[in-house]
Amino acid sequence: MIQSILSILFIVLGIAFILMGSIGILRLPDFYTRSHAASKSDTLGIIFVIGGLIVHEGFTQSSLKLLFIILFIALANPIGTHALARAAIRKGIKPLLYKRSSEEDNG
Amino acid sequence: MEHFFLYSAIALTIIIAIPMVRVVKGPTLFDRILATNAIATKTIVLICLTGYIYGRIDMFIDITLAYAILGFLGSLVIAKYLSSYKMRRKRQREQP
Repeated sequence: MIQSILSILFIVLGIAFILMGSIGILRLPDFYTRSHAASKSDTLGIIFVIGGLIVHEGFTQSSLKLLFIILFIALANPIGTHALARAAIRKGIKPLLYKRSSEEDNG
Repeated sequence: MEHFFLYSAIALTIIIAIPMVRVVKGPTLFDRILATNAIATKTIVLICLTGYIYGRIDMFIDITLAYAILGFLGSLVIAKYLSSYKMRRKRQREQP
C-alpha cells in the first residue's frame, strides 16, 4: 500500500516537472534560456517518473534496467543540450542581453 | 494501478504536444533541434508507461534503451555537424 502511494507521488511530481519544462520551452524568450528549461527540468522529471516506476516494480531485473536508463538519461540529456548550445555559440547566435558592440571572434 | 498509468500516459501525450509548437515556429534551426530533443526524451518515459499498461515491461524496457541511445546520438551528431569547420567557412563566405 505504501509502495503504491510513494510510486504515485513520484510519478505525479515528475510529470509536473516535465510540464514546467515544456512550458519553459514554449514561453522563454531566447535560445539559451530555452536550452536551460529543456535540459534541467526535463532531466529531473524523467528521473522522478522512472524512480516511481522502480518503486512500483520492486527488486527485479527490469528495475535494474530502469536504473540503467536513469543513469544514461542523467548523463546524456545535459551533454546533448550542451553540445547544441556550443554549436549555437560557434554559429554566432547572440544571447538576448548581449550588449558589447565590438565584433570579437566568438568561437 | 493500471488506470493510473493510463491516465499519466494520456497526460504525458498532451504534454508532448507543447514543444511541437516550438518545432513549427522556432526562429532558428537550433530551437527546432532542441524541441525535437525534448520530445525524444519525453517519449522515453511514454514507452516505459506503455510497457506498464500492457503488463510487459520486460519487452518494452529494451526498446526504451535502444530509443534513448539513438535519440542521444542523433542530437549529438547534428550538433557536431552544425559546429564543424565547413559550416563555419560557409557562414564566413556568406557574410564577409
